[in-house]
Amino acid sequence: MADEHAPVPHPLDETAVEQCVNQAIAAFDEAETIEELKAARLAHTGDKSPIVLANRQIKDLDKNQKKEAGKLLGTARGRIQKALGLRTEVLEAEHAAKMLVEEAVDITAAPPRRPLGSRHPITRLQEKVVDVFTAMGWEVAEGPELESEWFNFDALNFAPDHPAREMQDTFFVEPAEAHLVLRTHTSPVQIRALLDRTLPVYVLAPGKVFRTDELDATHLPAFHQFEGLAVDRGLTMADLKGTLEHFARQMFGPEAAIRLRPSYFPFTEPSAEMDVWHPGAKGGPQWIEWGGCGMINPNVLAAAGIKDPEYTGFAFGMGVERTLMFRNDVPDMRDMIEGDVRFSAQFGMEV
Amino acid sequence: MRIPLSWIREYTQFPADGTAEDLMADLVRVGLEEEEVHTGELSGPIVVGEVLEKHPEPQSNGKTINWCRVRVVPEGQSQTLTGEGIDPSGVQGVVCGAHNFEVGDKVVVTLPGAVLPGDFRIAARKTYGHVSAGMIASVKELGIGEDHAGILVLSTLGLDPEPGADALDLLGLSDSAAEINVTPDRGYAFSIRGVAREYSHATGTAFTDPAELVTLPARARAGHPVVLKDEAPIYDTPGCDSFVARTVTGVDAAAPTPPWMAARLRLAGLRPISIAVDISNYVMWELGQPLHFYDAEKLTGAIEVRRAAPGETLTTLDDKQRTLNTEDLVIADGSGAIGLAGVMGGASTEVTAQTSTVLIESAHFDPITVSRTRRRHKLPSEAAKRNERGVDPLLPAVAAQRAVDLLIQLAGGAETGEVTQVGNPLTPAPISLDPTLPERIVGVPFGVQQVTETLTDVGCSIEAQETGMLRATPPSWRPDLTIPESLVEEIARLVGYDTIPSRLPVAPAGRGLTEAQQRRRTVFTGLAAAGYTEVLTYPFYSEEANQLFGRADETDVLPMVRLANPIASQFPTLRTTLLPGILDALRRNVSRGFNDVALFEAGSVFLPDEGLGSREIPGLGFYPGDEVVAQLQAGIPHQPHHLAVAVAGREPGEIIGQPGRARDWADAVEAARKVARLLGVEIEIVQGTHQAFHPGRTAHLLLKGEPIGHAGELHPKIVEEQDLPARTSVMELNVGTLIDAAVGQTIAQPLSTFPPTTQDVALVVEQPVTAGELRQTLMEGAGELLEHVQLFDIYSGEGIEEGKKSMAFALRFRAADRTLTAEEASAARTGAVDLASDRHGAQQRG
Repeated sequence: MADEHAPVPHPLDETAVEQCVNQAIAAFDEAETIEELKAARLAHTGDKSPIVLANRQIKDLDKNQKKEAGKLLGTARGRIQKALGLRTEVLEAEHAAKMLVEEAVDITAAPPRRPLGSRHPITRLQEKVVDVFTAMGWEVAEGPELESEWFNFDALNFAPDHPAREMQDTFFVEPAEAHLVLRTHTSPVQIRALLDRTLPVYVLAPGKVFRTDELDATHLPAFHQFEGLAVDRGLTMADLKGTLEHFARQMFGPEAAIRLRPSYFPFTEPSAEMDVWHPGAKGGPQWIEWGGCGMINPNVLAAAGIKDPEYTGFAFGMGVERTLMFRNDVPDMRDMIEGDVRFSAQFGMEV
Repeated sequence: MRIPLSWIREYTQFPADGTAEDLMADLVRVGLEEEEVHTGELSGPIVVGEVLEKHPEPQSNGKTINWCRVRVVPEGQSQTLTGEGIDPSGVQGVVCGAHNFEVGDKVVVTLPGAVLPGDFRIAARKTYGHVSAGMIASVKELGIGEDHAGILVLSTLGLDPEPGADALDLLGLSDSAAEINVTPDRGYAFSIRGVAREYSHATGTAFTDPAELVTLPARARAGHPVVLKDEAPIYDTPGCDSFVARTVTGVDAAAPTPPWMAARLRLAGLRPISIAVDISNYVMWELGQPLHFYDAEKLTGAIEVRRAAPGETLTTLDDKQRTLNTEDLVIADGSGAIGLAGVMGGASTEVTAQTSTVLIESAHFDPITVSRTRRRHKLPSEAAKRNERGVDPLLPAVAAQRAVDLLIQLAGGAETGEVTQVGNPLTPAPISLDPTLPERIVGVPFGVQQVTETLTDVGCSIEAQETGMLRATPPSWRPDLTIPESLVEEIARLVGYDTIPSRLPVAPAGRGLTEAQQRRRTVFTGLAAAGYTEVLTYPFYSEEANQLFGRADETDVLPMVRLANPIASQFPTLRTTLLPGILDALRRNVSRGFNDVALFEAGSVFLPDEGLGSREIPGLGFYPGDEVVAQLQAGIPHQPHHLAVAVAGREPGEIIGQPGRARDWADAVEAARKVARLLGVEIEIVQGTHQAFHPGRTAHLLLKGEPIGHAGELHPKIVEEQDLPARTSVMELNVGTLIDAAVGQTIAQPLSTFPPTTQDVALVVEQPVTAGELRQTLMEGAGELLEHVQLFDIYSGEGIEEGKKSMAFALRFRAADRTLTAEEASAARTGAVDLASDRHGAQQRG
């Protein structure tokens, strides 16, 4: 600590100056904090410090003595400044290190800031399906949910009195004479796509569909499907199978396979039920019923004005909810419609 | 359709040890999908016993029990069965509570070790002072009747078996059935005959057609007169094209149904009722031909098959009186209608226990006529199910003969030697098939020979023609084979779908997602990234919910789409707004303990106008023309794609120990801005009103001056009524329109690297002047140099005149080509202030 009343050395008194320098250096070294160092600095280099006051006396000396004293005091002040600089550096480094220690936090206590929401797995899964097909050059077609009966039934070769039409469990709109229904499948988009586009046509149509099913773990009165449609020269059931297989592998991994079983749909002939071999299924790899498919019935092509017999086509359709159920082990379909944020949150932005 | 295994074995090579699962595995390959296995619930030693002794013993509880000794082995033999409680002597001591049997009767005894329905295990047990080692079984315990107290005395079934015989085999109770799903095109598979044929297709084994086992009389006199008189055929198809009537006399209608038949019917899912009903059901199940039996003595004169007369009524077998439609086809006699053709018979001519002369009707009806009548009268029946799907038109004579044979065999009837057969059965028309078509459709190189052989297997007769085409005439039981492609399916499924190779077709280069499809994803992903959770809700609303949220003012007219058959009667209309659905989801989250919720939903809403739908719709199989299609399109209601957001509760706390900000109206407005920003579209937010919203906290959202939605806080009264969290705020807009406005690409502007100059301005205006308006004015007044304007303070109170407020904005100026001087910035600011003064009477705050 510098003595506030330290005597001012005579500017030519080497010993006294040396003592002054030593006192300053000692004071700096004694300073433990930047504040203490500041006090020491003021005491030993400030306007009232002995060395500065000594310096001020030089002007009263003889010319010869001035030079000698200037050299003596200049060197002394240089040494003091240098010592101050060194000590400042040390203390600042110490201070910085201490600050870092003091600023340490429990990093695990970080609170949430603008957390993400989540996508619904049904819409996200639809997008994923769409991406598989657009990557093959297919396009995405759309149609209205409230449809004309002609698009939903007649154009798809459902005869007005055929049991197949009744088995669709249709929501009808009042008045009945308006012939409007909530579409029972995405298949009317087949007709729309064929009417709107030029051949060849390769489209996928995802969307909401409706059946008068009572709500339970595996039935929703409003749900989602995707429909695939390809019409080109020379398409066969082999093309249908190949397309489904490629698709199944994108959705369920390279081990996935497709099995077709004879079935009946008014708008395809031949028709098939398709099963997918799901290698990652809960309870072990197994065949799972996935949807319906077949070669487009010529009556459907005719309804869309396609008469050239060179053109054949295939179509397939699957339920999105059902796919999500067995792909992602969702046990109860009702979770998909209740809007509980925890359901979507499990999936986040992906599915 | 349920197939008792013993029944299909009669006509196929289905192995004796084959199970229902085995049968289903074979049938699924040809397109008959497996559903379920039905088996009897009885197992273990259940045998015939002869009652040797029966000692009534009155009990202290007032009941009388019978202590019986029952011999369960043939006389003079000893027991070969072993097990706890089984007496080696072959005579069991049994306590029985029922009384309807006598010493000497043959009964069914469930021995210790047997299991009855409901996992009821039989064991020797002490009761009423005896060890009762088994039970004398009632019809109910055996699952063949309802009478619990009634012991089954085998002689009542006409049976006199040896004691010790396996009673399950005797009663047909060891059989099981496979249930399969039959697609609506294949009516023939609603019969043992049809399924047996399919089994032979699936396995390549022999098949015996049960129809061919029936011997038709060579020639016979005409019997009961029948007239086919359809004066109003539907689509020119006669309502009945074949009608066979047979009369059997001397029938004992009270005769018991033999156990084997009753057992098969039960396994098939049909309840045995009486010998006559059971025979008609049995023949229907076996051959696929629905029959109807009349009590011939109740008929009045000739039978007429005709359309119903206007106002005509009929009481059907279910005792309901029905007023008929002139499109209904009826069976009538001199008394009027006595049956709905192919659907259900009438009560007045019903066969009863007293009936002795039975008239059998076996006819072929038009599927469409039957279908319409069944739907009109809501009368589902096994007969209608088959008639609607198409029955073999050549079957009536065969099925009638089979029924005659069974009535004679099982009910003591006698033939009259008379056969009435009228009409001209319509059999499937020939199809001209290009033999290369199967390969072109299926992708498997079938040769002409394989095509011909396979179709012959199906029952088609094939004629090769000089043109190279094949002329294929489908068999009478396949009315579904109508076009060449339907023959292709037969070939593909018989050869096996598993032989079809796999080939990935190459589509032409596509355009990927449309601009609109891509932008929709951007919006959804952006909202999710901004903290909202996507939900999907039902589009079915109550009318009130639509009325409240779907229109801004209660005097507005809101047309709605109404369902004829809603899933719940309180939700009969389709949504015109997404708000009730998303609020429902919000409420559900709150009720599950999540008070801080931010949701979004996108989906169609249904906004009909006049001219709903189309009166006439075109038929099948032809393009109706551009004009008709345009009309159909025009009748489909407008279904814009909406997006809604609902928020409640608080934002997550950002600093430990401090609660997050409470969500409010501004979050709803910000959600609208976010959607617009995600699409790169400018929307305008103006003060507005909506009946469901807080009157002072509602924004109308405008796109180029046109309304596209609204945002704000819900009306506190509605929040309370609907049990929503306080301050719940919502936003809904037409995202489809917004996306359409967004389509197009951004043109980049050069970035100025010169420094900005910032100046603040505080303006005092009348209270009604909004920040949005003032901001707009400042932007216009400041001119091009203004780069950004931000509201940073709103103040009213001390120092500000009553009825006025001060709004302070930070203005940031920048030029593209120079550093602005203070004078230039001040001049621009003055321009802004002056315009605000002119337009809003704004004064700078001193």
